[in-house]
Amino acid sequence: MDWKRFGFIAIIIIILFGVVVIIGGGQVKPLVIITSMAATTIMVATPLTLGALSGTFCERSGVVNIGIEGMMLGSAFFGWLAAIYMNSIFSFPAMPSLLIGVLAAILTGGLFALLLAVLSVSFKVDQIIGGTVINILAVGISGFMNRQLFFEKGSIFKGQVPHAPGVLPTIHIPLTNLLSPLCETNTACMDVIAAINKIFDQRPIALSAIVLVFVSHFVLFNTRWGLRTRSVGEHPRAADTVGINVAFMRYANVIIGGFMAGLAGAYFTIESVPSFEPLLTNGRGFISLAAMIFGNWTPFGAWAASLVFGAAQALQINLQFFREYIPPQWAFLQQSYIVGLAPYILTMLILAGIVGRTIPPAEDGKPYEK
Amino acid sequence: MQSPEEQKSSHPNPFISALHSSINTILVPVLAVLTAMIVGGLVIASVGGNPFAAYIGLFQGAFGSTKALSETAIWATPYIFAGLAVALAFKGGLFNIGAEGQLALGAVASAWFGYALPDVLGINIPPIIHLPLSIVSGMLAGLLWAAIPGALKAFTGGHEVINTIMMNYIALNLTSFLLNGPMKDPNPLNVIARTPEIAESARFSPIFPGLRVHWGFILALLVAVIVWWLLWKTTVGFEIRTVGANPDAAKYAGINVKRTIILTMALSGLLAGLAGAIEVTGLNYRHELGFSVGYGFDSIAIALLGKSHPLGVVLAAILFAAMKNGGTRMQFLTQIPVDVISVIQALILLFVAADAIVRYIYRIRARGERVVLTRGWGG
Repeated sequence: MDWKRFGFIAIIIIILFGVVVIIGGGQVKPLVIITSMAATTIMVATPLTLGALSGTFCERSGVVNIGIEGMMLGSAFFGWLAAIYMNSIFSFPAMPSLLIGVLAAILTGGLFALLLAVLSVSFKVDQIIGGTVINILAVGISGFMNRQLFFEKGSIFKGQVPHAPGVLPTIHIPLTNLLSPLCETNTACMDVIAAINKIFDQRPIALSAIVLVFVSHFVLFNTRWGLRTRSVGEHPRAADTVGINVAFMRYANVIIGGFMAGLAGAYFTIESVPSFEPLLTNGRGFISLAAMIFGNWTPFGAWAASLVFGAAQALQINLQFFREYIPPQWAFLQQSYIVGLAPYILTMLILAGIVGRTIPPAEDGKPYEK
Repeated sequence: MQSPEEQKSSHPNPFISALHSSINTILVPVLAVLTAMIVGGLVIASVGGNPFAAYIGLFQGAFGSTKALSETAIWATPYIFAGLAVALAFKGGLFNIGAEGQLALGAVASAWFGYALPDVLGINIPPIIHLPLSIVSGMLAGLLWAAIPGALKAFTGGHEVINTIMMNYIALNLTSFLLNGPMKDPNPLNVIARTPEIAESARFSPIFPGLRVHWGFILALLVAVIVWWLLWKTTVGFEIRTVGANPDAAKYAGINVKRTIILTMALSGLLAGLAGAIEVTGLNYRHELGFSVGYGFDSIAIALLGKSHPLGVVLAAILFAAMKNGGTRMQFLTQIPVDVISVIQALILLFVAADAIVRYIYRIRARGERVVLTRGWGG
């Protein structure tokens, strides 16, 4: 990840934020708008960040994971199902139900990843096809079970969607109290600290995604495990020669990636909204792959790229508040279908290499024949 | 990229050798379908259904009467076109996940030419001109939509898998915008996102009176033959297959690889656009939002099941059509939700794609060419 790339990311984010500030600036203080945009950006970037980290682990070990979308969808469903099951069948309180739901989502991601690993490492199936199989399987299973459990009279839920145990609560980190002595009596400084605090008032999965970025970086670049992971992705034969078990490392990393995709799935149904609908991931798994590529297969790069997509989505969300104030020459911004195109077009531009090519791990996507 | 276990048929008699290899080609897809049906039966049993009753209902619903046959043919029509689209791209070493978007835009274009052109020109267009015009517009829309990711692949190396998926979402947003806005059916009773009905002159007529199956089905079979001819009997087809098999070798043999990549994607998009155009002109007489959803993944499964061969694609498309069509009858008879079909289809895809699993279960040796798509992200 070079400075050119981070610079590009910064410029795009400033432009996206700037549009909202210019449009809404007359009504609301710019600091408030920026705070709201930043908080939304971090929130909606969560599944992308986790998805991109998932991809980074898989591909650093040499397995292309195009099935992140399906892993997210499947774990969003099974996580939600577990939470509802615990809450309404076993009458667990809301909080433990939700935590079990998150756990179930993570495990589901891991199971899908295990399937991908079996296909691509053991059976040496074309990895793009293996990932596509997972995507289609997840659509089929979640659609079938959703219909079977919640809309069939004979099912355990009596053919209706039971009351969901809600979503994970927001965690307030008392940054204001910690940092306010630094400002002494400067009120502008106090405002900024309060705004920063507000930006990081996020729910647990969003916060853990940020923590995982740092953890992933440490694991991949500062531990023996990370070195081995990267070596089987760059030169499996050399790794094999010095006694590293290539198949094991690939299995393990793909499953770690699956856990992260599973956590991303939990974001949709346990943290964001307490409901499931078929196909709810809406391409976020694929966008996170683009984030991974743009981030040059590094956790920090992946995070930064995810924030760009998050900002594009935040623009769409925040513009809703200022719909009436959009100047007539910018009328296209009123069409949510048009504004909604931004992340997709951005993905294609980034893949086209508008800010230089990225270098994938040398043996990414190639089965290792001993 | 060839697997080491790959072997040539060893029988001295060339005829028996050829027979062996063709049996081997068909065997894996057939066993994959069989295995998926067995696993699907277990799924049905696990939710308390009777798998035999379910499959009998499925078969009756798909082939049990002339009406059932007609409906199966109707379902098969877009599947054949879209399956051919993905298969052709596979032959060129490209993975077109964007058939859905190309199909949707083909349908939109075809619908516009169908309902708006007579008004725009202010004349009644004779069917002999209007119908082909409407179909060609759909083909062109699909072609252009697919050529973009093709060009991105050729010139920048941007991976077509992600780009075609992004193009799907862009197409979905675009059609939502068009069908809710400029192209919305102005009928005061209409509340859904759909275009007005196309003119009579832009419609296919039914083959048999009283049945819905239309000439589009025959066209689909014809196009399958044309695709076979194109791929195996023309220079262009040879270039497409060579680039698909080994782009480096193709380059040194003097084939313009970039041009071939763009051409392959464009032709693939053309076929997908055709699928949309035929649905509009032959069946629905308009385009409705959400109609195209699911065709992208289904067409991939069909192409893989058909081993990317036009004849295989036609057979696979008919199988998938039979499942879609028979599913309703199955649900009516056995109360098992239609969605189980999508699980079975996913399983078919799993066993076909991972033919190693089927070979492992039934102890069949690998032989013949393999589809190789993963070449990293750099192109």
